[in-house]
Amino acid sequence: MTVAWAFDAILAATVLAVACWTMAIRDTFAAVVGFVAYGLLLALVWVRLTAPDVALTEAAIGGGLTGVLLLGAAARLRPAQAAAAAETPGLALRLVTGVGCALISAALAAAVLLLPDPAPSLAPAAVADLPAIGVGNPITGVLMAYRALDTLLETVVLLLGLIGVWSLTPDSFWGGVPGPQHPARTDDALVFLARLLPPVGIVIGVYLLWVGKDEPGGAFQGGALLAAMWLLAMMAGLAKAPPTSRRWLRLVLVAGPLVFLAIGLAGLALAGAFLAYPEAYAKPLIMIIEVAKMLSVAATLGLLVAGSPERTPSR
Amino acid sequence: MAEFLLAAAAVVLAMVALGLVRILLGPSAVDRMMAAQLLGTGGIAVLLLLAQATGMSATIDVALTLALVAAFASAAFVKSAPGPDGPKAADEA
Amino acid sequence: MSLVLDIFTVLAVSTGAFFFLAGTVGLLRFPDALARLHALTKADNLGLGLVVLGLLPRADGALGALKLIVVWLLVLLAGATVSQLLARVARRAGPSA
Repeated sequence: MTVAWAFDAILAATVLAVACWTMAIRDTFAAVVGFVAYGLLLALVWVRLTAPDVALTEAAIGGGLTGVLLLGAAARLRPAQAAAAAETPGLALRLVTGVGCALISAALAAAVLLLPDPAPSLAPAAVADLPAIGVGNPITGVLMAYRALDTLLETVVLLLGLIGVWSLTPDSFWGGVPGPQHPARTDDALVFLARLLPPVGIVIGVYLLWVGKDEPGGAFQGGALLAAMWLLAMMAGLAKAPPTSRRWLRLVLVAGPLVFLAIGLAGLALAGAFLAYPEAYAKPLIMIIEVAKMLSVAATLGLLVAGSPERTPSR
Repeated sequence: MAEFLLAAAAVVLAMVALGLVRILLGPSAVDRMMAAQLLGTGGIAVLLLLAQATGMSATIDVALTLALVAAFASAAFVKSAPGPDGPKAADEA
Repeated sequence: MSLVLDIFTVLAVSTGAFFFLAGTVGLLRFPDALARLHALTKADNLGLGLVVLGLLPRADGALGALKLIVVWLLVLLAGATVSQLLARVARRAGPSA
């Protein structure tokens, strides 16, 4: 019974308790608070599993952005909450759902517990080829070099998600400003926070991008942090949400996937295969892609949480 | 020393887990938000202690990110708390 | 010298953990929301501050120590302003909270 075992036991018990409570509670606001708490605890779990990259992403996205997204959804659903609570599914449906969930949990548990020990792993091979690419972080190597196609498709999928959210706009507001109006007040504590925090957040976001080549970090985590800072400024009324019809906004949104695609196609000409990097230029090219990706991810995530346009732009 | 730091992290984590009971009990939205705030600060303390105990210095970066994100999430909670506060009642200082 | 630093770390971290305990007890046992908020800020400022202070001698280099202090300053800033916001929500909700 070592200290590490005790720590992990407390952590696992807390995560399970918070998850069960979040599912059981009826009030949506309380459930979202529980969900954000769950995200923060999961970041601790990832750190204990020695995956700091994933912990960074979980903290930024699960702890912050998803929570705020759910808060917005809960606020929009509040008028209908009474009606939704009144309709309870029948006993048969609940039994079937319960059995289905139990089966899935059992399958997942079996898959994890029956893993061969030691588990077959490609980690040594991934690390062995890193000097050729020039980055020191094996996660970045996998994301940007070995499986760059997956990362390119993921950036496009994120953009498609945003287009999906925008497609819910009523016709009269198309091209309008997302989110409710937040009045700016100059003597408020929130405005004070939104004045001091974003500069620090931007520095740390760029730091995460830069340090991601050799240490845990990367463009996605940095971009998520930038999006959170932008949303904070919007919530305090210090920054106005841009109308979705602005050309510069749309350019920033597509810059990431476009740069990635362009470098990939250039690789066809210069290095013989799509998304192959010429030998000596791998690291600078990866950095260019990461910078563009960070800006796009920041803009996309920020707009995803801001929601579909609700107001006409005031010209 | 590493054992002691890990034990301290376990103690802080246990404290934070206890504080989560306040999320459970409520009774008002403010109490739940306060428990989430404690979780954020406690989680940062746990991460800093873990970073030193296990030697993974990247964990300090996770603590940095968590500090910023916890502030952002708390501000969002206050903005969307059910009750008299929220975007509509924003005119009185 | 390193023994002195180790004792310093142990003392500071233990006191920090104690303040976390105090903050949690306050959060659970105080009668109303504003009093609980008061207890919470003790955990924020003193608890984390003492933990950071205890870890400073063991930080790797100036950058590591700077990161630790920046984390504490950020939590201070966020805690101070969020306490104001939470107190306003608690005050509006009335004495029943």
